[in-house]
Amino acid sequence: MITLLLIFFPLVAALLLLFVKGQQVRNMALGAAIIEFAIVVFALTQYQHGNTTQFEVNYNWINSLGISFHVGMDGISLLMVLLTTFLVPIIILTSFNREYSNPSYFYSLLLAMQFALVGVFVSLDGFLFYIFWELALIPIYFICLLWGGENRARITFKFFVYTLSGSLLMLGGLIYLYLHTSGTHTFNIQALYLAGQSLDMAHQGFVFWAMFMAFAIKMPIFPFHTWQPDTYTVAPTPGTMMLSGIMLKMGTYGVIRWLLPVVPLGVQDWANVAIGLSVIGIVYASCIAIVQKDFKRLIAYSSIAHVGLISAGILSANVQGVQGAMIQMLSHGVNVVGLFFIADIIQKRFNTRDIASLGGIRNLNPQFAVLFLIVLLGSVALPLTNGFIGEFLLLNGVYQFNAWAAAFAGLSVILGAVYMLRSYQSVMLGETNSITTSFPPLSGSEKGVLLILCAAIIGFGVYPKPLLDIAGPSVVKLVDGVRLAMGK
Amino acid sequence: MKALILLSSLGVISLLAEIFSFKKLLYPLVLLGLTVAFVLNIGEWNTNVTYFKMMQFDNYAVAFTSVIIVVAFLWFLMAEGFFKDETNQTDHYSLVLFALVGAVLMVSYTNMTMLFLGIEILSIPMYILAGSKKGDIQSNEAAFKYLIMGAFATGFLLFGITLIYGATGSFSLEEIKNAIATSVSIPAIFYVGVLLMLVGMSFKVSAAPFHFWAPDVYQGAPTMITAFMATIVKTAAMAAFVRLFDTTFLRVEGSWVNVLWVMTALTLLTGNITAVFQTSTKRMLAYSSVAHAGYMLLALLSANSYSSPSILFYTLAYSIGSIATFCIISIIANAKGDDGIHSFNGLAKTNPLLAGVMTIALLSLAGIPPTAGFFAKYFIFTSVFVAGHVGLVLIAIVASLIGVYYYFRIIIAMYFKEGNHEEVPVDMNHKLLLIVIAFAIVALGLFPDSVIRLL
Repeated sequence: MITLLLIFFPLVAALLLLFVKGQQVRNMALGAAIIEFAIVVFALTQYQHGNTTQFEVNYNWINSLGISFHVGMDGISLLMVLLTTFLVPIIILTSFNREYSNPSYFYSLLLAMQFALVGVFVSLDGFLFYIFWELALIPIYFICLLWGGENRARITFKFFVYTLSGSLLMLGGLIYLYLHTSGTHTFNIQALYLAGQSLDMAHQGFVFWAMFMAFAIKMPIFPFHTWQPDTYTVAPTPGTMMLSGIMLKMGTYGVIRWLLPVVPLGVQDWANVAIGLSVIGIVYASCIAIVQKDFKRLIAYSSIAHVGLISAGILSANVQGVQGAMIQMLSHGVNVVGLFFIADIIQKRFNTRDIASLGGIRNLNPQFAVLFLIVLLGSVALPLTNGFIGEFLLLNGVYQFNAWAAAFAGLSVILGAVYMLRSYQSVMLGETNSITTSFPPLSGSEKGVLLILCAAIIGFGVYPKPLLDIAGPSVVKLVDGVRLAMGK
Repeated sequence: MKALILLSSLGVISLLAEIFSFKKLLYPLVLLGLTVAFVLNIGEWNTNVTYFKMMQFDNYAVAFTSVIIVVAFLWFLMAEGFFKDETNQTDHYSLVLFALVGAVLMVSYTNMTMLFLGIEILSIPMYILAGSKKGDIQSNEAAFKYLIMGAFATGFLLFGITLIYGATGSFSLEEIKNAIATSVSIPAIFYVGVLLMLVGMSFKVSAAPFHFWAPDVYQGAPTMITAFMATIVKTAAMAAFVRLFDTTFLRVEGSWVNVLWVMTALTLLTGNITAVFQTSTKRMLAYSSVAHAGYMLLALLSANSYSSPSILFYTLAYSIGSIATFCIISIIANAKGDDGIHSFNGLAKTNPLLAGVMTIALLSLAGIPPTAGFFAKYFIFTSVFVAGHVGLVLIAIVASLIGVYYYFRIIIAMYFKEGNHEEVPVDMNHKLLLIVIAFAIVALGLFPDSVIRLL
């Protein structure tokens, strides 16, 4: 039942918000998001640690096609839902910074998106997964289209068509698997696993590419990333945060849940290529990030680099890689939201995000400089911050797959430090100039968001065990199954 | 059958309305008549009665008749203005009702003569109605073009029927089926007949390369009649097509399947690609309706147990989506005097309801979940997939992506472009109708099983 509540509470809240007029709607949206977070915390207390799927609900939905409304959470899903519900209230809080026109639509769309995202993470039916996957796209498209920046119609449309093409390929893959389930065809996840594993290597390879394309576009992996920097830049900041903080994780989660166990041989066969693309993406995006002038765009490229490492770790198909990916998904979610928020704070005050033209902000507001530094250190994976454990495990996982791949992937840490610290230097340090004459103090909501994020970054970095324990057993079980099917 | 009799008598009564002057009562009477016809029709579910070996009201016929009546009901709610503005009101009522009679015949025939009669009873009123805006030269052109092209198609069809009669000695579908099942060598004229009928039916459903009449006729005809042609006529023609080819001619599938494969691919691509370049929304929808005929042909081509349920669902989803879009287009075109895409600029600000319903309807036509249109496409793609035409599925997926492009042009215009800030006046009736349709589209998307498992 608790899963149903988790899925539908944001939807109900979103529909109710449509009828609220005026700016107080944002307080109500925040309230709804906090209640949703409280439900997840309650679910955590009820969760029996182990590798089983819990809170399972299974209703018949479309009998004639073997589609059911089957949801439930194991540790992996629970951790993703936790990330989603933790970030959404923060994202809503960051939006207090600005006034959006038609706020009731804006917040309603944000919560509608949360509904779809939670649905993606808890679906145990291939078709339901696809439906939620597509549903998540519609609110974010409208958020970007209605409240985005310059050139938004063209850019958001490219984003829409790009991701839709990927999803249709995934649907093709799912239907193919569905038609290969034994007995009465069904979209049940276990039946799809069996159907996928019963295929020979060549056919698993086809299904691998059909499904991987959808995930690769969503993450995005080089060379399917061309929609991402433009979309991240043009979207309103809360939209960018939803895209990078949570929606990107749909892709990585999809690989863990809907790719590795479905077509293990396909993964084995094509891992070289897929990991190769991921690693190329890491180096390529990092290099481009170094020369970016726009701070928001720089974060967008850094996100491609980070997600490339996550993807490489997962596709290595070992426990360290997948466990590292789980942690890094959480950390990246927190860090990237923090970074985009910092970009938004700076832009609001100086009307520019041009790194070169800023400078000396530390002299104006040392408190902001410290908070920025903590977020930044988390993002460059300094030990004792949340980024470190994840990257360490990921590199360990990739190393087990191929030492050379790990060597190049390791560049992400070095290059990340280069572009992040350089931009920090340029923006915060040095002397103030004609643009950075004064820095109005941080507002209550700004301070609140940054403090929560910094606490999460340090807290998770120093003592990650509770969160590791949630997903650990499930990851081990999933990876063991995959390796068994691969014959390792 | 009861529905058929009721519809015919309603048609005759409407003719009398002018003489006995109860014109004012006619509109509620027709709506009531359609409701009763719907109920009577549902009553025939699972009865499977055959009438004089000419018509058979099996579940297939009852299901499609229901779709036709429901869509006709929605159409009448939308088209009230069409009957008020023009002269010859009662003629219009009876022409539309007789067209419905033809449509019901086309979904229930078991004999070639009934198929032919059904098509003609449907088509002749449509020729007249397409030209019902008498003063408008485009409307006249549409009627004339439709008549000539329709006559051609009828010619092909009739010729095909004759050759098949020559080869098998019967008009009855059952006997034709038996004749080709038992005969040792099927005469060549039979195959020629099948292909000629294929051409004739393709004209009627506007499948490429026999679709050239559709855009001009759809654009020239009054918008309400365009909506009628795009929904009810297409539903009936597709149902007739499937009834003929997926049962009677299934045995000689080898003779037509490749032709149909190519035609389907052509229809999907030409329809969708040409729609991209249109600036008039009405003409864009005309090409999109050609494209949708392509999706429906996919199900016909797959010729398996998925075919009829998926076509039933597709025609329903497509028809109600089209009714909503045509309704909104006619409201906008009336208010702004132009149906170009730019007329939709800024509609989200001035008329959020219209923009909202239009968005849902367009998302459904584009096939985005969780709308009815998504499941419609999903069922059809699955049935083709099962039939093994994987190449065609890929073409259809590419075609749907192109479809997203032009449907989204209207959505982008409504939400993103700045327009003049005048609110477009909308009748209460139309508002209600649009809200109901929007709910229906979402409800069909959430519970597609309710329709799919019927057949």
